Amino acid sequence: MENVTVQEVVDSLREKFGDTVLEVTEYQGDTLVRVDKDAIHDVCSYLKEHHRFIYLADIIGTDRFTSEDRFEVIYNLVSLKFQIRIFIKIRIPEENPHVVTLTDIWTGANWNERETFDMFGIIFDGHPDLRRIFMPEDFKYYPLRKEFPLLGIPGSLELPGTTPNTE
Amino acid sequence: MIETGSIMGKGKPTFFKEHQNALYKSLEDKHTTIDVDDTDPLRTRMVLNMGPQHPATHGVLRLLIELDGEQIAKTKLDIGYLHRGIEKIAENKTYQEFMPYTDRMDYLSPYSNNVALCTAVEKIAAIEVPERAHYIRMIGCELARISSHLLYLGAMVMDTGAISFFIWTFREREKLYDIFDNLGGHRFTISHSRIGGVHNDLSPVCLDMIRTFVDEFPKELTGWGKLLNKNRIFYDRNDGVGRISTEDAIAMGMTGPNIRATGIAYDMRRFKPYARYNEVDFEVPTRLEGDNLARYYIRTEEMAQSIEIIRQCLDKLPKGPVRTDNAKKTYPSKDEVYYSMEGLIHDFMMTDTGVCPPAGVECYHAIEAPKGELGFYIQSDGTGHPWRLKIKSPSFSNLQGLEVMLDGEMIADTVVMIGGVDPVMGESDK
Repeated sequence: MENVTVQEVVDSLREKFGDTVLEVTEYQGDTLVRVDKDAIHDVCSYLKEHHRFIYLADIIGTDRFTSEDRFEVIYNLVSLKFQIRIFIKIRIPEENPHVVTLTDIWTGANWNERETFDMFGIIFDGHPDLRRIFMPEDFKYYPLRKEFPLLGIPGSLELPGTTPNTE
Repeated sequence: MIETGSIMGKGKPTFFKEHQNALYKSLEDKHTTIDVDDTDPLRTRMVLNMGPQHPATHGVLRLLIELDGEQIAKTKLDIGYLHRGIEKIAENKTYQEFMPYTDRMDYLSPYSNNVALCTAVEKIAAIEVPERAHYIRMIGCELARISSHLLYLGAMVMDTGAISFFIWTFREREKLYDIFDNLGGHRFTISHSRIGGVHNDLSPVCLDMIRTFVDEFPKELTGWGKLLNKNRIFYDRNDGVGRISTEDAIAMGMTGPNIRATGIAYDMRRFKPYARYNEVDFEVPTRLEGDNLARYYIRTEEMAQSIEIIRQCLDKLPKGPVRTDNAKKTYPSKDEVYYSMEGLIHDFMMTDTGVCPPAGVECYHAIEAPKGELGFYIQSDGTGHPWRLKIKSPSFSNLQGLEVMLDGEMIADTVVMIGGVDPVMGESDK
């Protein structure tokens, strides 16, 4: 079987999904495809089934700090067979940030989605175990959002005392 | 130890109450479809908490294990005890200022992390690196790989019961520390790589030390092979332990030696060669078994390959500068800073503003760190600070595989499996 290039994958995505492929950008050899938020599950399962993107390397959340479509989620997909990498990006509004989970496509999306939830508060619908991963559950903020201060919020976590309880 | 069935009722956490309760619930909910035979009184089930302060968890890893007799019924990993928010810190630092923070991620191979960040920034800001700097970086990265695998080997063999072996691998690591001390002025957190090159050239003394190491280390490696490969205790404690199938390893996103032990030759040095890895000749060792023994073989073979790479780099090492001569893109050399006004101004500008990639671009660059694919995803807004810097850390992905790997194994092998996966919490917790 001949090699498939990233350009061919992008072309077939455009052909299959038409208008849901919103934007294709390329910088320094990395191809980024922005698709409609509602189509992400279809696009990803298509990429896995037809282009062998069986390996999900990472999920990246970002905060654009704009009034509309504030959050971005970027999926870093690798095709081990063709040795290519593609990035799929979706944008999510600030109010009620929900997106469908991809754990049914790649089981390993589990922790990556938990990390994105922990850091940005983006809720992945249908995730089997959506808990915080780095911060404890008691923490009520999302630290990588731009409005969160670098030094943290004093008193946001109840920590054990520094002296032992002598009772 | 808490009896199951009543874990939610009996476990009374003293701090992070919601967190602990959510974790207990999550463990209770994990594959609840499995039916358990409760009629045999010997098959008692209990929940064992291991860590975060446990000497054998290689850091602050916490495992919550539900035991069925001696067998692990299910496990949940709790990470985040070393979370320092370095992605948040990165957004508030210039690229060069952030570089020393990467030393503290995978603290067993700081050199690889520096190179990973610097190459990612060079990619997004389109900075050329001199030929000699590429080779120096490759030598440093491979030395770091050996250093990391040596710690793995020592610690993992100690987990299987051979204490003295740890001292032997540390004797070799000590030599590597001396080399790094001579190379960059620090033994541990080196911070030798710079955006646009490396800080300083290799001294003749340092080159001699590397040559001596390259000549002597393979003998040590063969000796260790003779000790371990046919050692009954070591072999049996690793053979078939922590087996993970190729499908599972891919699905869980495992990387580095862990995925190569299941037969997938996924190596960034081959997948997308960076530095000058396309000009040196090396093999990517793979095994099919996917168990702890396979991971041990992979890592020892990788050490031998690293030695080959260093040897070729030393032969090919071209002459020339070690940093780009472009004061807008990289720090000027100290000679310029001390003896010319322009150099001093440029030095100030680099510290104050730093490298500014074009506004609105984003890109990803990954290197093959000792633990696997270490990547930096950078979004730039045109200033000297990244708008968003995401670290794809290999240990994070590997630990997720560990959660799958532990189910169904024996409790006594837990420690060996953690050692075999070789996680570094500083990296996985960010």
